[in-house]
Amino acid sequence: MLVNKKKTPIPEQDPKERIKNFDEVALGYDSELALKEAERCLQCKDAPCIKGCPVNINIPEFIRLIKEKKFDLAIKKIKEADNLPATTGRVCPQETQCEALCTLKKIGEPVAIGRLERFVADLELQKGFDIPKIKRKNDKRIAVVGSGPAGLTCAGDLARMGFEVHIFEAFHEPGGVLIYGIPEFRLPKKIVKAEVEYIKSLGVKIFTNVVIGRTYTVDELLKEYDAVFIGTGAGTPQFLNIPGENLIGIYSANEFLTRVNLMKAYKFPEYDTPIKIGKIVGVIGGGNVAMDAARTVLRLGAEEVHILYRRTEEEMPARYEEIIHAKEEGIIFDLLVSPIRFIGDEKGKVKAIELQRMTLGEPDSSGRRRPIPIPESNYIFPLDMVIVAIGTVPNPLIARTTKDLAFTKHGTIVIDEKTGKTTKDRVFAGGDIVTGSATVISAMGAGKISARSIELLLNHNL
Amino acid sequence: MYKIFKKIELAPEVKLIEVYAPLIAQKAKPGQFVILRVSEKGERIPLTIADTNLFKGSITIVFQEVGKTTKLLGKLKEGENIIDLVGPLGNPSEIENFGTIIGVGGGVGIAALYPILKALKEKGNYVISILGARSKNYLIFRNEIERISDELYLATDDGSLGYKGFVSDVLKNILDLGKKISRIWAVGPTIMMKVISELTKPYGIKTIVSLNPIMVDGTGMCGGCRVTIGNKTMFTCVDGPEFDGHLVNFDELLLRLKTYKEEEQLALKLLEEGEEFKIASK
Ligand SMILES: Cc1cc2nc3c(=O)[nH]c(=O)nc-3n(C[C@H](O)[C@H](O)[C@H](O)COP(=O)(O)OP(=O)(O)OC[C@H]3O[C@@H](n4cnc5c(N)ncnc54)[C@H](O)[C@@H]3O)c2cc1C
Ligand code: SF4
Ligand code: FES
Repeated sequence: MLVNKKKTPIPEQDPKERIKNFDEVALGYDSELALKEAERCLQCKDAPCIKGCPVNINIPEFIRLIKEKKFDLAIKKIKEADNLPATTGRVCPQETQCEALCTLKKIGEPVAIGRLERFVADLELQKGFDIPKIKRKNDKRIAVVGSGPAGLTCAGDLARMGFEVHIFEAFHEPGGVLIYGIPEFRLPKKIVKAEVEYIKSLGVKIFTNVVIGRTYTVDELLKEYDAVFIGTGAGTPQFLNIPGENLIGIYSANEFLTRVNLMKAYKFPEYDTPIKIGKIVGVIGGGNVAMDAARTVLRLGAEEVHILYRRTEEEMPARYEEIIHAKEEGIIFDLLVSPIRFIGDEKGKVKAIELQRMTLGEPDSSGRRRPIPIPESNYIFPLDMVIVAIGTVPNPLIARTTKDLAFTKHGTIVIDEKTGKTTKDRVFAGGDIVTGSATVISAMGAGKISARSIELLLNHNL
Repeated sequence: MYKIFKKIELAPEVKLIEVYAPLIAQKAKPGQFVILRVSEKGERIPLTIADTNLFKGSITIVFQEVGKTTKLLGKLKEGENIIDLVGPLGNPSEIENFGTIIGVGGGVGIAALYPILKALKEKGNYVISILGARSKNYLIFRNEIERISDELYLATDDGSLGYKGFVSDVLKNILDLGKKISRIWAVGPTIMMKVISELTKPYGIKTIVSLNPIMVDGTGMCGGCRVTIGNKTMFTCVDGPEFDGHLVNFDELLLRLKTYKEEEQLALKLLEEGEEFKIASK
C-alpha cells in the first residue's frame, strides 16, 4: 500500500473568524480522520519516534490501538507515560521531538503523532476518566512545590506509587503556565482543569494560596514531609532595561497573559480584573510567548499588532506552526529591529518606541546569527501598547529563603540530571526552575525522574 | 475559605476585619501584606496586615472602600468567607533598636504603620508618632498607637482634632527642634509619602516608605508592581514593599497608580447601579 506523504490535515477555525473569539484554533480529528492518519504509521520495529519523546510514550503501540479502534486502550497506553495527554497533544513541539525522528520524514511528512494523542485524550475527557485504583502502600509523605506540569506529573506518579502527596501552589488556581500563560485558543482552560482533576483523583491534595518561601519555607516542609520536590518554574519576567520602560501601557507578557487568562480580563467588567488594550501594539520578542501575546491582544481588539524582533524569522525560537498561525491572523512581523527607548506622553502613557535596525553577523553561542546594530538607522515608531516577551527567569523567593540549596548564576537550581537530586538532602527539583524556560513535556519528564528517585530513596534507601 | 471573625467600622468607609488564617498569622511580620480575592470573578488586591492573633489564628486587615473589590469586601458580614487569601507577602520591616524613631501615618496607612511601630517600641526605640486624617472621625487606631508611643501628635486637614494642617508640617516642627532622629517611617497615601520623603531629605534622616502599587500575583511573576528606586527597576512585592523614600521615583508611581482609573470607575458604577436595581426590584 502506498503511504500518503502528507499528514491528514486538522480542521481549523477560519482565521477571519477566529481572531474575533477565544475558541480553540485547531479543532481536532474526528475518528475518521484519526483512523486515516493512524494508517500512515509504519509500526517501525526500532520506533525512532519514542527516542524523541521526553517521557517515552510507546508511540507505535498507541497508534496501533487507534488503528484497531481500541481508543480506550490507546489512551491507557499513553497515560502509562504521560499524565496530561490532552495538554501535551496540543502544546508539545512534536516537530522537534517525536515527529522529527519519524521514519516517514524520509519520504514526506511525519505521522501527526500529537494530533493522534490529542484525539484519544479528548475522547477520554468527553467520556470521563477511568481512574486507576490506587492503594496507599506506605505512610510516607511528599510535598510538591508548584502545580505546573513538573509538579503535577511528579505528584501524579508518586500518588500512583502509593505515597501521600501534597502540592503547594502560590496562585489561587493550579496548573502553572498551562493556566496563567498559554491562551485559551491554544489550550482551553477546561482541559487543564480536567487534567488537574485527574491528578487529584489519584489522591493528590492541592493547597492553593501557599507561597513557599513565605507561608512556609522548604526547611519547614522537610520537618513534616519525607521529601520535597520543587517545580516552581521560571516565572519572573525580564525587562529590556531601557529608558521609559515603566510607562503606562507597557506590560510584561506574563502580566498581560495572567490578567487575560487567569484573571479573565477579556471579560471585564463581568470579571473585575481590567486590561487596557492599545490600538497599535508592539510585542517585543520572537518566541512562543511573543506569538501568544500578539494573537491574544489581536483578539482583544487591537487594530495592528507588530512583532518586533532583533533577528529574522529563521532565528525565531517560536514553533513554526505558531508563526504561521500568527501570520494567517494578520500579525505584522517587523524583523531586524531592536528597541532603544520608549517615549511617553504627559500622562505617563507610552506613545512611541525608538527602534534601531539590525543586520545579521556571525553565529553566537546559541548557534543563531548574532544581530548587529546598523549605525544611524534609528527611527520612531508610534504605538500605544507594548508587551515585552523577552524571556523569564526563576523566581528568587526560594533561593532567598532556603539553606544549602545550590543555584546557578542564572538563578536555576543545580541538580543531578539523572535523579533530580539537589544539593540539599531529600530535596528534588525539575522543570523550568532547573532548565530555565523550556517546554511542558521536558518539565513533565523531569517530574517523572524525580518521582522515581524519591521512590528509590524512601522505599529502598537508594 | 477564610472566615471573617469580626468586623468593625472604624471610620466612614474604613473597615477592620479579623480573618481566620492561621498559617499567615504564625508567619506574618510587621510590614508584610496579603493578597486577597472576594469572589470567583474577583481581582487580586494587596492589603497590609495590621495585626495578628496567634491564639485565634487570625490576622487583622484595615481597608478603605475605594473600589469595587474593597466595597465588596466591606459588605461581607461576620461569619462569611473570603475565597482567596495568600501571604504573608513582601519583606518584613527592618526592626532594630535605632534610638529615636518617628512614625508618620496617614489615613488607613496608620493601621499598616501600627505593627511596625509596635515592634520598634518592643525593641526599645523611643517612638514619636504623627498621625493625620481628613478630620476627627476619620482618624483610626489612635488608642493603639498612643499605647506604644512615647510622644503622639495628631493633625487633621480641618483642624477638628490636633494640629490644623498636614502631618508634614508637624514633622518639620519636630525635626527643627534638632533632636537626634535615627529613622523615619512614613506610611500612608503615596502623595503623603512623597511629601515626607522630600521634606526629610535635606535633614539626611533615612526615611522608609511602604509602597502600594497595582499588583497581580504578589510573588514576582508579573512585574506590574515595578517601581524605580534610584536608577533601578524593582518589584515592590518581592523587593519591597518598604524602600528608602529618598530613592523612590514617586511621580512615576503616582502616574502608574492611575492606569486603570476609568475601568475602576466603571466597575464601581456598575456595582452601584446593580445595587439600586436590586433594591428597586425587592
Ligand atoms: C505563554 C507561554 C506559552 C508557552 N507555550 C508552550 C508550548 O506551546 N509548548 C510547550 O511545550 N511549552 C510552552 N511554554 C513553556 C512551558 O509552559 C513551561 O516550560 C512549563 O510550563 C514549565 O513547567 P513547570 O512545571 O516547570 O513550571 P510552571 O508551569 O511555571 O509552574 C510553576 C508553578 O509554581 C508556582 N510557584 C512558583 N513559585 C512558587 C512558590 N514559591 N510557592 C508555591 N508555588 C510557586 C507557580 O505559581 C506555578 O503555578 C510556554 C510558556 C509560556 C509562558
Ligand atoms: S517513527 Fe513514525 S512511522 Fe515509525 S512507528 Fe514512529 S510514528 Fe510510526
Ligand atoms: S505583583 Fe506581580 S510581580 Fe509584583
